Amino acid sequence: MSILEINHIEKSFGQAHILRDISFEMEQGQTVAIIGSSGSGKTTLLRCINFLETPDSGTIRVNGDVILDAAVDKNLTDKEKRDRRLHFGMVFQSFNLFPQYTALENVTLARKLMAREREDYKANKKAINQEIDAIGEELLRQIGLYERKDYYPHQLSGGQQQRVAIARALALEPDILCFDEPTSALDPELTGEVLKVIRSLADKNMTMIIVTHEMAFARDVADKVIFMDEGVIVEMGDSNEVINNPKQERTKQFLSRYTNEGM
Amino acid sequence: MIQILVGFGPMMLKALGQTLLLALLGLFFACIIGLIFGLMNVVKNKACNIIATIFVDVIRGVPMIVLAYFIFFGIPYLWNNMLGIGGMTLTALTAGTICLALNCGAYMAEIIRAGIQSVDKGQMEAARSLGLSYGVAMRKVVLPQAIRTMIPSIINQFIITLKDTSILSVIGFPELVNTTKNVVGITFKSFQAWALAGLMYLVVIIALSRLAKMLERRLNRGRE
Ligand SMILES: Nc1ncnc2c1ncn2[C@@H]1O[C@H](COP(=O)(O)OP(=O)(O)OP(=O)(O)O)[C@@H](O)[C@H]1O
Ligand SMILES: [Mg+2]
Repeated sequence: MSILEINHIEKSFGQAHILRDISFEMEQGQTVAIIGSSGSGKTTLLRCINFLETPDSGTIRVNGDVILDAAVDKNLTDKEKRDRRLHFGMVFQSFNLFPQYTALENVTLARKLMAREREDYKANKKAINQEIDAIGEELLRQIGLYERKDYYPHQLSGGQQQRVAIARALALEPDILCFDEPTSALDPELTGEVLKVIRSLADKNMTMIIVTHEMAFARDVADKVIFMDEGVIVEMGDSNEVINNPKQERTKQFLSRYTNEGM
Repeated sequence: MIQILVGFGPMMLKALGQTLLLALLGLFFACIIGLIFGLMNVVKNKACNIIATIFVDVIRGVPMIVLAYFIFFGIPYLWNNMLGIGGMTLTALTAGTICLALNCGAYMAEIIRAGIQSVDKGQMEAARSLGLSYGVAMRKVVLPQAIRTMIPSIINQFIITLKDTSILSVIGFPELVNTTKNVVGITFKSFQAWALAGLMYLVVIIALSRLAKMLERRLNRGRE
């Protein structure tokens, strides 16, 4: 059974038809890379999957359960959206770390706030928070930033901030982690450290959807590549196949722009 | 000057106390009103947005002296004479507090709206993507950042409101301007009395600005 199944997603903003009949599925532990030129709807697709936008029609299934059916879920309550959103984690192009919190606090904030809703919170407050701190510290250790846990975002480099943002998303143990151009806002010399972290997650069989302009990375790390253009999936398949031997004319054209970059 | 100080100093100090009391009450309720209408302006709800906009526009469009007369004389007249219900009296302190709270509240609402909107939209989205509810995301992530940018404007507004209490002398509240007028009426020493009144405002406002600067530095610790 697929861990994620997207069926016939449509999304318009006013007159602009941004996503047209988007369908794909992925297996547990797979990494899917989404490529395509600017404005092709990649971000909008990720936002629909993360419940930051509501699709006009289509369904989203996680582990076989329908978590969104646009036909019936037009007016989800905030609480329902929140619960369903938690299947997914999101890493943004511009990191969006919370500047008033330290690296560790960024990672633990959501979990600590959520723990307050637990019935036994009052009685075990201290133990619960210590436990969450330990989880946060372990995550920071995994991305190699344990020593920086008390630094504020502005005291970290862009690459370090993005790694913290990845740890923050992981802290909620999402089924699927989504990345929207995680290295696009970084200086070239800083992209490597972020890609390394993502690669290590792939090695640990984290299920991931990555929107990226790093073709070599998509080819090497992703199991599957989806090429989008003007809101439709033009080509999709094994990452080596799509990037080295694209079948569609539009995919060839798009990829030809990257061939000089030493893939 | 000395004469005034000895003879009427205590009286004017007491009036300064009344001024501060009125300002504090007004500011307290203004913060609540400002927060409510400021938030109503940023939530995704057309009705809330419209109500908040109308409130701010109406209050900002009416001079405070008109608002003061309207609340102190107009409202009881409406209640007692026009509607014939009767029995309503407003003290100058109550009317003055309402007037200041509404006036300052409208400006605070604008400051809070602008402050919230100055925070990068990505902050709210990141918080939401982590499963925080709108309210919690606002409280824990967006507002703390908004408040930093709002502090200079809020302090400015506090100072304006403190000075605006003098307008409420027109409804007979015994604040500093009203009392100074009385002192001049008795002593005819205009220069000394008004100089003293001005000095009193000045001292309080300078102290307030200093305190605010300290608070601002405190809040900005640990940031660029
Ligand atoms: N909230 C919105 N309202 C109106 N139009 C929008 C909105 N969000 C996105 N769009 C439009 O949708 C189209 C697709 O945008 P999207 O951000 O999904 O593209 P993208 O593939 O992520 O591009 P990029 O590579 O530049 O990030 C664009 O033309 C954009 O202007
Ligand atoms: Mg995008």
